[in-house]
Amino acid sequence: MYPELGQLALILALLLAVLLSVVPLAGALTGRDSLQAFARPLASGMFVFTGLAFAILTHAFLVDDFSVAYVANNSNSLLPWYYKFSAVWGGHEGSLLLWILMLAGWTLAVAVFSRKLPPVMVSQVLSVLGMIAVGFFLFIIVTSNPFDRLLPNIPADGQDLNPLLQDIGLIIHPPMLYMGYVGFSVAFAFAIAALINGRLDAAWARWSRPWTTVAWSFLTIGIALGSWWAYYELGWGGWWFWDPVENASLLPWLSGTALIHSLAVTEKRGVFKSWTVLLAIVTFALSLLGTFLVRSGVLTSVHAFASDPERGSFLLMLLGITVVASLALYAFRAPVVHVRSRYGSLSREIFLLLNNVLLVSATALVALGTLYPLVLDYLDMGKLSIGEPFFNATFSPLAVAAGLLLGAGIFSRWKKTDGGWLARKLLWPLALSILITAAVMIGYGGFAPWAFAGIFASVWVTVATFWDLWDKSASRQGRLYGLKRQTRSYWGMVLGHLGVAMVMAGATVVSNYGIERDVRMVPGDSAMVGDYEIVFRDIGQRRGANFTAEYGSFDVFLDGEKVSELHPEKRNYTVGMSMMTEADIDAGLFRDVFVAIGERISDEAWAIRLQYKPLIRWLWLGSLVMAIGGFLAISDKRYRIRLRKEEKVEAHSAQAGGKPAEAAS
Amino acid sequence: MKRLFMFLPLVVAVAIGIFLFTGLGKDPTELESALIGKPVPEFSLQALDDPDQTLGTSVLKGQVSLLNVWAEWCPSCWDEHEYLMHLANDKGVRIVGLNYKDTREKAFSFLNRLGNPYETIIFDPQGSLGFDLGVYGAPETYVIDAEGVVRFRHVGVVNQRVWEEELLPIINQAKGNS
Repeated sequence: MYPELGQLALILALLLAVLLSVVPLAGALTGRDSLQAFARPLASGMFVFTGLAFAILTHAFLVDDFSVAYVANNSNSLLPWYYKFSAVWGGHEGSLLLWILMLAGWTLAVAVFSRKLPPVMVSQVLSVLGMIAVGFFLFIIVTSNPFDRLLPNIPADGQDLNPLLQDIGLIIHPPMLYMGYVGFSVAFAFAIAALINGRLDAAWARWSRPWTTVAWSFLTIGIALGSWWAYYELGWGGWWFWDPVENASLLPWLSGTALIHSLAVTEKRGVFKSWTVLLAIVTFALSLLGTFLVRSGVLTSVHAFASDPERGSFLLMLLGITVVASLALYAFRAPVVHVRSRYGSLSREIFLLLNNVLLVSATALVALGTLYPLVLDYLDMGKLSIGEPFFNATFSPLAVAAGLLLGAGIFSRWKKTDGGWLARKLLWPLALSILITAAVMIGYGGFAPWAFAGIFASVWVTVATFWDLWDKSASRQGRLYGLKRQTRSYWGMVLGHLGVAMVMAGATVVSNYGIERDVRMVPGDSAMVGDYEIVFRDIGQRRGANFTAEYGSFDVFLDGEKVSELHPEKRNYTVGMSMMTEADIDAGLFRDVFVAIGERISDEAWAIRLQYKPLIRWLWLGSLVMAIGGFLAISDKRYRIRLRKEEKVEAHSAQAGGKPAEAAS
Repeated sequence: MKRLFMFLPLVVAVAIGIFLFTGLGKDPTELESALIGKPVPEFSLQALDDPDQTLGTSVLKGQVSLLNVWAEWCPSCWDEHEYLMHLANDKGVRIVGLNYKDTREKAFSFLNRLGNPYETIIFDPQGSLGFDLGVYGAPETYVIDAEGVVRFRHVGVVNQRVWEEELLPIINQAKGNS
């Protein structure tokens, strides 16, 4: 009976979403407070019923209710409880429900944390979020009901969760990613509300900034978790494959990063308004496009777990309505006045504009690489497949350019920066960066042009960030006082940029100096990978809860000393009859040693993959640092102070704009 | 006048939408090949495991076989490989591999890790045979009959459903005719 209650809860949530999308907006447009007052209760109600539906589905998984088709397809009585729990979002229907739960959660968060905003704005923002929710509730109820029953023939046991998904990384990766995707809906809702109002001002930018930053931080963590999971779980040691689904998550991240920077300019200087609004719309549209690409079967990929043209058309319709409606609104309502005279040709505004150009180019590039085969096919210009080489050759230069620009931009000032002053300012950091880069390259032994460019860009960003921190923290009352005086949003920017530098360093070093060897080994053999000697001791068998495994024992030696013992496995999942390779990794801050077992070549011999991965952890640590920076930035106290007198604040910030910039995170 | 520029994003979005929509209509797993009913185009390429051995269309003649286009860089190929192993080992299906735009080193490491279901592997680093076949992206699988004529094309991963519903009936039919 519970599953029927779950379905009922979904339908009730849909009805509340319909009301939410109409009533407060009508109230805001006609100026009736009584209607606007419904916004918050409706948002809470929507969350409660979505949460109820989610809880009921979770319950069905935990008690092995295989009469529910979705449970039977994605779970098994042998699964440990935590995988039963994460199996809730292991398939299409459940992950969609998780998506909607997040949307309801974000809506509730806006309702709760917007007490200080003008009621008209709140009503409009919540109504826009309600509209998005209506679309997704219809989608799940009409095309992908997670509560469908298998009656009367209830299967005795479930078909098991895809073994690839039976992993801690997969318990948290989708929720984080969805928090990010869905979080951009808030930035989108603010943009739409501002367009409706015609109030695209610094206040609007200030309100949407923290929401955008939080969503971006979650997305950063989500992408990093996906990459980390692919690295250790897919079993072949790569960390980014330019797979369409990875690209789908990278697209909103890139445009979201551009949005964060552009919002900073709009808040501080009141320019780039139309551009910022457009970015907010595009970023959310890309989040939706990502969902569409994954679900529709337009692209085939490992991740594409639900390929169904009906679902695809429904999502495309949703995406189409959202994009066309919001861009039409944009076309009619966005301000066309461009106040060019308010900043010089060399200023922080220009640096951030260039940053946006690069990030948007990167977005377009990744979108092109992902959609190009489709477009060519449509134009009947032949069929072509785009692989890793295209992305590596085109994305890396943009990343390096963004890094170089970022280092210089940190020192620039709002409004106008003196070129000679900036050049003198950059001289020492530049010299220091070249020195460090040279040292790093000698350390890793070997020069390659791209390795140099990547490492230099990363060092450059780091040096510039610390240099600026040093300059800013100068104070008569001592360095410590100076450091303490910096705002949290400045610290957020520092961490964000250091995180980027770490990711760039990790990506460059591991791609250029990583070592991969595939060797044939018999127990007792040893092989070298980099400076590490790997000794294959023996191979044995073991049983897990729902699999049997062959596991090897390897000793890792460095300079004759034993560093660690590794036990990679080859698992055979009994229910789904599938084989999985579980690599074992000796992880370190500066290097990973990675061992995976391949095929058995003869009775004794095995194909073994050995890898030495320098700095690979920096990819994920850097992402984490970026995300922490984001969370730090939104805890800044200026978001907590009352904004009663908007006009005064605005006038003040315009005046303050002439002074050296404090933060542009 | 400036207002007109604000319509640009809308126009671009609508154009992309049309592309996506037609892409949706064409289910990628059912892309028709212009070659269906025609013989496999002539080619002369090295064998993956032996640079001295040159392969031509004759490797695809004599009995019904599957021609599987794969590459190490293609994530979906890793995904489908296990099922190809099953087809080759347990069902005795003859599979010829076309290693597409890959390097020998990477192709070997792929096979060492996942096993080799292929009777013969054609090495096509430039993608020339792939181009002649109209390969859309890896993985793709073709059913070739005993005369070397393309009977069917499947784009995307081969799994149990694809095998039972699409490939097997065509193979049985091809076997019946020859």
